[in-house]
Amino acid sequence: MKPIKSNEVMLQTLTRILVFIVLSFSIYLLFAGHNQPGGGFIGGLMTASGIALLYLSFDIKSVKQSLPINFITVIGIGLLLAVGTGIATMLLGYPFLTQFFDYFYLPVFGEAELTTAIPFDIGVYLVVVGAAITIFLSIAEDD
Amino acid sequence: MTILHWATLSPFLFALLIPMLYKYIKRIHTGWFVLIVPLVLFIYFLSFLPVTSSGGSVNQTLNWVPSLGINFNLYVDGLSLLFALLITGIGTLVVLYSIYYLSKGTEKLNNFYVYLMMFMGAMLGIVLSDNIIVIYVFWEVTSIASSLLISYWFYRKKSIDGAVKSMLITVFGGLSMLGGFSLLYVISGTFSIRELIANADMIAESSLFLPAMLLVLLGAFTKSAQFPFHIWLPDAMEAPTPVSAYLHSATMVKAGIYLVARLTPVFGGSAEWFWIISIAGTVTLFWGSISAVRQKDLKSLLAFSTISQLGLIMTLLGLGSAAFYYSDGMEDSLYTTAVLAAVFHLVNHATFKGSLFMTAGIVDHETGTRDIRKLGGLMTIMPITATVSLVGLASMAGLPPFNGFLSKELFLQATVNVVSFDFFNLETWGVLFPVFAFVASVLTFLYCIIMFAKAFTGKFKPENYDAHVHEAPWGMLISPVILGSLVIIFGLFPNILSSSIIEPAMAAIMPHTQGFDVKISHWHGWSSPALWMTIGVIVFGLGLYMLMNKWSQTSFYLKERDPLNQVYDNWYDGLVKGSQTVTRIQMTGLLRDYIAYMAIFIVMLLGYSMIRYDAFAIDTAHVSEVTPYMWLLVLAFTAATIAVPFINNRLTAVIVISVIGFLLSLFFVQFRAPDLALTQLLVETVTIILFMLVFQRLPKLKKEKSRPRFKLVNLIVSIGVGGIFTMIALSSFAFGSDVNYDSIAEYFIENSKELAGGYNMVNVILVDFRGLDTMLEILVLAIAALGVYTLIKLRLKGSEDV
Amino acid sequence: MEILISVMIGVLFTVSTYLLLSRSLLRVVFGTLLLSHGAHLLIITMAGLQRGVSPLLSLDADAYTDPLVQAMVLTAIVIAFGVTSFILVLSYRIYKVHQTDDLEELRGSADE
Repeated sequence: MKPIKSNEVMLQTLTRILVFIVLSFSIYLLFAGHNQPGGGFIGGLMTASGIALLYLSFDIKSVKQSLPINFITVIGIGLLLAVGTGIATMLLGYPFLTQFFDYFYLPVFGEAELTTAIPFDIGVYLVVVGAAITIFLSIAEDD
Repeated sequence: MTILHWATLSPFLFALLIPMLYKYIKRIHTGWFVLIVPLVLFIYFLSFLPVTSSGGSVNQTLNWVPSLGINFNLYVDGLSLLFALLITGIGTLVVLYSIYYLSKGTEKLNNFYVYLMMFMGAMLGIVLSDNIIVIYVFWEVTSIASSLLISYWFYRKKSIDGAVKSMLITVFGGLSMLGGFSLLYVISGTFSIRELIANADMIAESSLFLPAMLLVLLGAFTKSAQFPFHIWLPDAMEAPTPVSAYLHSATMVKAGIYLVARLTPVFGGSAEWFWIISIAGTVTLFWGSISAVRQKDLKSLLAFSTISQLGLIMTLLGLGSAAFYYSDGMEDSLYTTAVLAAVFHLVNHATFKGSLFMTAGIVDHETGTRDIRKLGGLMTIMPITATVSLVGLASMAGLPPFNGFLSKELFLQATVNVVSFDFFNLETWGVLFPVFAFVASVLTFLYCIIMFAKAFTGKFKPENYDAHVHEAPWGMLISPVILGSLVIIFGLFPNILSSSIIEPAMAAIMPHTQGFDVKISHWHGWSSPALWMTIGVIVFGLGLYMLMNKWSQTSFYLKERDPLNQVYDNWYDGLVKGSQTVTRIQMTGLLRDYIAYMAIFIVMLLGYSMIRYDAFAIDTAHVSEVTPYMWLLVLAFTAATIAVPFINNRLTAVIVISVIGFLLSLFFVQFRAPDLALTQLLVETVTIILFMLVFQRLPKLKKEKSRPRFKLVNLIVSIGVGGIFTMIALSSFAFGSDVNYDSIAEYFIENSKELAGGYNMVNVILVDFRGLDTMLEILVLAIAALGVYTLIKLRLKGSEDV
Repeated sequence: MEILISVMIGVLFTVSTYLLLSRSLLRVVFGTLLLSHGAHLLIITMAGLQRGVSPLLSLDADAYTDPLVQAMVLTAIVIAFGVTSFILVLSYRIYKVHQTDDLEELRGSADE
């Protein structure tokens, strides 16, 4: 660990707070996407920029320790999820990628709309996050 | 998928297993596993014999591209069954032979058998398919498999040259055949052969009849090595001998024959079809036999003799098509003898030529040479090989009692029959057919004697060979001995074939004629002209052989290369040099030039379309209002954009670039596209981070040092591109706001709530209506990320040179 | 406004083509970036601008802006991001291996 310089303390403290806000907002954007501006792409890009901020203010090594995620795997999971929702409808005899939606009553949230587009959009989200961070880390780690 | 479909495709499926069998079961020669496939298929196809010999046919349908009329329909009748049996039967023997021919220790057996199975499957596809497009696909697969097999010993330059030659010629023919098939579709609206036959009258009246016929024949002639396209076949002899025996004498070269026979009901009866095929066949027959006499290499001799025999069968099919012109529905042996001879000789040729190739391969394998000037006296050392060769050669020469004698007599009879035809000007020119047939038969007889005498008789000279010469192992002899026995059996009892194989095949070639009753006999009486011709052939052939000392020193005999090769070589060299010149001029290695080509082409293409279709329009009536704020945005954006090329500081450049990006997101806000604005904003953020990371390690931007003339050209090209795109933007807006034009966007506006339950239409389009697009898009993104990852992380050895 | 934006698109295409034709690899990267901006604006302008409110049904308006072009451009923006970063890294690697970003010096020999 390299010694913390005084001008980095401010940045790092701020980042801790900022990243939390950015990440929670990005999740909100992801789920709000069906009815409000937002969605997998926007949420994913926002998460990616939040994580990039983390990497920029702390050094890559320590972030990797506290965030032990292989982002290439994230891309794979995202793709599988997106293809999976498509195939799931195929198994029910509908064309590939047919989406369904319905309104349910959930105990805490009240009436809510659930749609198969949500897992698909989460897949998109994961691919975007994974791809952006993979690109970022590849460049940053190169010497 | 029916059993028939699976059977046809089984060689392809089995080919997938071969590499694994080769890799994991090293102890057993891979050929033993492969042997199962043709053997089982042969037995399977034998089960169709009762159906076809009673005049029936089997038809199995499988839709492939039904919207285009392209279906994988399989159709088994007498003709296709004959070929299927040849392919699988000879295939079995050839695989068996190859097990001993190619040693498992040194040869790449996996490649060999994969190609061979690929070929076998494709060949079955050609002869069994009812759809001409499917035939075309399989046709090209056989060309590819053939070239791969010719270049099997790819480290030899001659193998590669031979492969390229056969590929160029046969694929060229295949392409023109595809053109012919397309014309047939244009005329008749169907790709099905049986429907084409049903519509033969309509096709004959079309003005496209002749072009379609010529193009299809070009395909058949190149494949079946007809003059002047035959030059690829001798060079194909660089392939291992099992391949020569299988592809280049028994099956693939007969694909053209099959096609001609199959399409005879469509085209037959026209004078053009009759003359083109008969003349091409006769010339090939003559040219092949005279060239074969000159050869000193056993396989080259057999190759030219194959060409000659293919010409013979082709001639017979041409002559046989006269039956369509003179057709009263009943069999008339005056006209049908030719087709009978064609079918019968097809079978006979496969048997005797297969055995001859195999024995030539044995000689090559055991002595290390195929040169008849070195060989000699092998009869005492290889008695079985010599006997089989003698049987095969005698059959090819047309001597009784072998099967070649019977079909050769039928052939001569058929050419004599032509003289008595009273149409197509045959009263005057028809006499040329028996004359050429006779001369070619004499030459055939001559090269058969030469081959046997030079290789097997005379004095054995051990000093000519590197190896110790002995008879081949038993396993290698099985296949040629079986084929040789068939030569004798078919020769003694020809009528075991007549009702089971020949009659159904003839019925398939001449569907409008009934009452075939084939009886092949050895003796036609003293008055038969064919008998006297045969006797003449023997007398003249022997005479020429006696005089060989006189003519063997002439340049005719000393030069053996086909003069037509010169034409091909010149053409090929010219093609290579020409493309090299063009490439050298065009491929400068400068990115600027390539981009300039594209930009200039885009401007020309789009500009031409604009003028040609009078597409330019400006709509000032429907434009929306420009607020002062927008003016400001546009000015700032334009100024920043124009500034970019002038910036020579990389940090400033990145800042200006990102200012442009952020301004763009403000535009999106104004365009009432919140999703776009958000996306653009975030993308720009991430992009800046990337640019910053990379730029620390990149060199400083320098002022462009290009010459002024270059810069001027660049500027003109750029302004051209910009201008054309402004015009496109204006015109497409003008046409889009036309009142009579319904936007497809209405559908999404109306249905996103009802069909997808979402209020954000953009997101609904992305995840629901156009979900597949989005899925492929994230795939692209994933690939880009992996590309970046590998670019950075992957270090190949010696990558600095890459 | 559509006419104004069309002219602006022309400027974007001109500048980006000019950058693509330049000798410096970095300017080529800038060129691709600006080219995609131009393409996005072109697609959006084709459908007409400000024809209604944002394509959100919750706004409950009579007319909406065309949602289809927006979806298309959104896709295009993300793809352009992937492509730009790829080209950026590609040029970075080229510079690292060959120690120059001058395309004139990077041209291969005639036999390659």
